[in-house]
Amino acid sequence: MSDSIIRIEGLSKTFAGGFQALRQVDLSIQRGEIFALLGPNGAGKTTLISAVCGLVSPTQGTVWVDGFDNVKAYRAARERIGLVPQELTNEAFETVWNTVSFSRGLFGKPPNPKHIERVLRSLTLWEKRNNRLITLSGGMKRRVLIAKALSHEPRILFLDEPTAGVDVELRREMWNVVRELRDQGVTIILTTHYIEEAEEMADRIGVINHGEIVLVEEKNVLIEKLGRKQLTVQLFEPLEALPPELATFALIQNEAGDELIYSYESAIQKAGDGGISALLGALNKAGVGVKDLHTRQSSLEDIFVDLVKERA
Amino acid sequence: MNVYPVRAIYMAEMMRTRRTLLQSVVSPVISTSLYFVVFGAAIGSRIDEIGGVSYGAFIVPGLIMLMLLTQSVSNASFGIFFPKFSGSIYELLSAPISFLEIVIGYVGAAATKSVVLGLIILATARLFVPMEVAHPVWMLLFLLLTAVTFSMLGFIIGIWADGFDKLQLVPLLVITPLTFLGGSFYSIDMLPPFWQGVTLFNPVVYLVSGFRWSFYGISDVSMVASLAMILLFLLVCLATIAWIFRTGYRLKP
Repeated sequence: MSDSIIRIEGLSKTFAGGFQALRQVDLSIQRGEIFALLGPNGAGKTTLISAVCGLVSPTQGTVWVDGFDNVKAYRAARERIGLVPQELTNEAFETVWNTVSFSRGLFGKPPNPKHIERVLRSLTLWEKRNNRLITLSGGMKRRVLIAKALSHEPRILFLDEPTAGVDVELRREMWNVVRELRDQGVTIILTTHYIEEAEEMADRIGVINHGEIVLVEEKNVLIEKLGRKQLTVQLFEPLEALPPELATFALIQNEAGDELIYSYESAIQKAGDGGISALLGALNKAGVGVKDLHTRQSSLEDIFVDLVKERA
Repeated sequence: MNVYPVRAIYMAEMMRTRRTLLQSVVSPVISTSLYFVVFGAAIGSRIDEIGGVSYGAFIVPGLIMLMLLTQSVSNASFGIFFPKFSGSIYELLSAPISFLEIVIGYVGAAATKSVVLGLIILATARLFVPMEVAHPVWMLLFLLLTAVTFSMLGFIIGIWADGFDKLQLVPLLVITPLTFLGGSFYSIDMLPPFWQGVTLFNPVVYLVSGFRWSFYGISDVSMVASLAMILLFLLVCLATIAWIFRTGYRLKP
């Protein structure tokens, strides 16, 4: 963990009402990665981001941003960070250009119209630069928030549910923007409900639940490690009982009896009972007519739901 | 100290003023002019001179103060309350800036507006009542210090308020009564002795008195006391704001 750009140690937050939103969170974000923070509603995702960005004072713990303590050296820490909040909050009567330029100034950078133009163009906001924010659609407003966060050329970008309420096409567009940013060396931390998003984008995934980091893993490893595969076999004729040839396989029959479900580990296909080919051979031997087959690999979503249920 | 964030906040606030010119400049000027017409021109001619100054001229400093206090408070409070209300304050709180820079930006803009407004009203007053300013430099200093101090008070109110009703509460229930009872329309030695003593606890008395001294050289309390009072109030406000940002009161959970 030598090149971590954000290091969080023992971070806890108890709100005034007594609600404990974060419990002893330790987390490292690698320089240049896309890190997805997954968790159900109220798990502590936004609180965690807020504590790193200075919107919430933690009860305990320390955050280092690129080596700078985010409380003691807040200037150095914060100027490296861009934050896109979850809520669409805007100064309604400002124009796009003014509000994005304002953000750059607020973060202590001298005016740079070239950079602002680049940002607006990359988010396809250039045509709207003189529009007041109140006249923009929801997706546009979201992009303005991203433009504001990028106005001061941050090295770290926090996206708190960037694609909530955004249509499919725009979502794809945003993913592309995020990838481009990563290619430019920006580290990206995003929280999301859409597992699809994490699966599509992230290098690493962290799962948070009840204020605790439940798991942090490379995405591919995670899917590989926890991923199960399922083969569903549809039969021509319902089976009343399983033929003896199939007894060695852990099969589940549906109620109608015309479907068999076979689960196997993707990583160790050949282990144990011999895997798919053995099953198909056995079906053939038993004279069971197979109408159709399909396989399904468990997605991050299944993994996530399992994880959260397990620890609840 | 970084000049860019201060400039960004200041310019954005001034832009907001320009967008709301009618409400933020024209309306206070008109409403204050009404006072001049009624008390200065119409009724004023039937009231005796106070300390050798015609009544119409006598009330000008007090009326400018009244407007200066209410406008400073309401403008500065709205400036910080609105981002808090809309949620866009997240940006201010996550920015690499110190509380002093935030205050200079917001309070500076609000105070600038108040001072300009005060000067416009002063110019308008001359159309209705003949008068002159004896100590223009002191007059400007009092104007500036009062505008800054009460803009800070407004800033504090804007952070404290958690609804639009509270935003109006302090200007209506505190500032306006204190100003009306603070010698805007009378000299405090026109009061019975007991109330003369009570009125010295009203901070606005010192502001109005000092400001009026800079116009006509007459005052209810000594000019030094007035100046000391404003500076004291300014320091109290500044310390309060420093405390707010240190503890995150009403800003950070």
